[in-house]
Amino acid sequence: MHTTKFSARAVKRLPSVVRRWNSTSAVEAPPAGGHAPSIATSQILRTTRESALKTPGLAFADEDSSGPSRTIVGGRETRKMNTYQAVRDAMSIALQKDETAVVFGEDVAFGGVFRCTMGLSEEFGRERVFNTPLTEQGIAGFGIGMALMGHTAIAEIQFADYIYPAFDQLVNEAAKVRYRSGGSYNVGGLTIRTPTMSVGHAKVEQVPIDDFELPLGKAEVLVPGSDLTLLTWGTPVYHCETALHMLSSPSPALEKLVPESLRSVKIELIDLRSILPWDVETITESVKRTGRLVIVHEAGMTAGVGAEISAEVQKRCFLKLNAPVKRVTGWE
Amino acid sequence: MGVLLWREFGLDNVMNQCFGNEFDTSGKGRQMPVHFGSPAHHFHTISSPLATQIPQAAGVGYALKRTPARQHSIAACYFGEGAASEGDFHAGLLLASTIPSPTLYIARNNGFAISTPSTEQFYGDGIASRGPGYGIDTIRVDGNDVLAVLAAVREGRRRCLEQGRAVLLEAMSYRQVAVGHHSTSDDSFAYRARSEVEDRKRIDNPISRFRLFMESQGWWNAEAEEELKTRLKADVMTAFKKSEKFQRHELGELFTDVYGGEEPWNIKEQREELTGLLRKYGEVWEPWRTELAKFKNAGQDLLKR
Ligand SMILES: Cc1ncc(C[n+]2csc(CCOP(=O)(O)OP(=O)(O)O)c2C)c(N)n1
Ligand SMILES: [Mg+2]
Repeated sequence: MHTTKFSARAVKRLPSVVRRWNSTSAVEAPPAGGHAPSIATSQILRTTRESALKTPGLAFADEDSSGPSRTIVGGRETRKMNTYQAVRDAMSIALQKDETAVVFGEDVAFGGVFRCTMGLSEEFGRERVFNTPLTEQGIAGFGIGMALMGHTAIAEIQFADYIYPAFDQLVNEAAKVRYRSGGSYNVGGLTIRTPTMSVGHAKVEQVPIDDFELPLGKAEVLVPGSDLTLLTWGTPVYHCETALHMLSSPSPALEKLVPESLRSVKIELIDLRSILPWDVETITESVKRTGRLVIVHEAGMTAGVGAEISAEVQKRCFLKLNAPVKRVTGWE
Repeated sequence: MGVLLWREFGLDNVMNQCFGNEFDTSGKGRQMPVHFGSPAHHFHTISSPLATQIPQAAGVGYALKRTPARQHSIAACYFGEGAASEGDFHAGLLLASTIPSPTLYIARNNGFAISTPSTEQFYGDGIASRGPGYGIDTIRVDGNDVLAVLAAVREGRRRCLEQGRAVLLEAMSYRQVAVGHHSTSDDSFAYRARSEVEDRKRIDNPISRFRLFMESQGWWNAEAEEELKTRLKADVMTAFKKSEKFQRHELGELFTDVYGGEEPWNIKEQREELTGLLRKYGEVWEPWRTELAKFKNAGQDLLKR
């Protein structure tokens, strides 16, 4: 089990992507000014019910998980939601189905500063959806305590930047309690939610309304390709989409700078989806085919997740690599 | 900000920091608005994560005590009743009382931390009740009474110096500044009755209370009030308009101050990466050209390096 349950049970994942990016004819020509697609106009957003229900790994809680995985999209409803509405919807499902579930954090009762808990305290009562005093270490420790008792604790840390006071609780306690107690205790019922990365425009997608999960440790190939693997996650998924677009059809101003031969390269775009455990199989399979890997992340380069991935990939794909693994990251 | 204005930091510096422009001396445009700082005014640069500077203030106080020329100085540390819930609050007061350090802790209890009322912040008697637990002199004062606050701070400072130990002061107030929302993303009427805010603004407002006191002494009148308001408003608007037009710091400043001393290779290479990109796309790519124009010297500091 993972330290904290960053999973779909309580938090439907930020909706994402489908492999229709290439095939759809809806890719619009860039406007005269040469603007490439932004998050708001992204072609990889799941804007139809069908594409949402085809999200790889999507599993509904009321389906038999031992049965074959289904790609049948019938009989399921989706609704148009942006990210915070999807997060809110997931918590509402958790609160409905699990009597032990509680949601708490700073300013959660009035709806949260990012509006993820709008209406939940009114709907489920202040005993289950409540404000905490302003202490991140307290919030994490409290959640750990509830989870140790087998309850479902869904804690909000208002901004990722403010999670550091909670690090001792998360790193020394949550991550180690199962091991140090010889498996007697665990905090599998703990979810820590926190907004990270640069704030994008509201992404609106179709999201299933039933109780569903998405797998941890499973990447998703958004755009198949054969010449280079472009690996990323979170907000930069959309920047990468923009970059691919600019490469294949550069605006007049950039035409001179993008050699003709590069415009038709087939780049495989992969959304890593979860950082730990990370999907080493999908990534190495892809890199063995393409021979090239570029990793894009917002965090700094030194000792970033990209460093971990490149070390592993160069070990596993050494003889297939045509170029060193390249990291495009935030500056330090 | 009151302390800074009192120490003649000036409205221009305030505005330049808020706009993060090339004349922002507080942090070269790297921090959010209202994160002021100025060594010349003995004001440590504000940090966003709440309460982190409470234990730092204990260290500052101790250093002052050990600096011969500064032995008549104390450290003063301001925070809200919400920040006082952080572990750092307890760590800071414990250190400043035990080591001990001449640090005056000024808690402004304005009843709210964003949307969270103080009734959900603590069950005990506010912040002041904690002082005796640390064995330090503590005072609670009507934070909307300007003269009472002044008297309490003076006495707190005197005791800090006399005992060489922390003092805790809790100023009771109510969040009502201007419109009284926490920030633009906050509609405080979602959790506070409009009439409550209006009443407080009218009746228990430190500015109007002090004005009434001055008027009752015959030192102030409506005319003087109007003149002052008009003048201050004009001063603020002048500074605002001036500041708004300035460019940002040079783009190359992005890479300075990460380390003191010799710059390691990774920073050098990352600067070169940006320079290379500017060289290639800075002129031809319109969105970059527009963006570059916002920086002092439009990226030339990097290109000509
Ligand atoms: C460690 C940390 N957690 C959360 C925040 C987000 N935040 C900014 S201001 C604020 C409320 C502060 O309330 P209070 O201390 O009472 O100060 P006031 O704004 O009332 O003066 C919060 C939660 C933060 N800046 N730092
Ligand atoms: Mg407050």
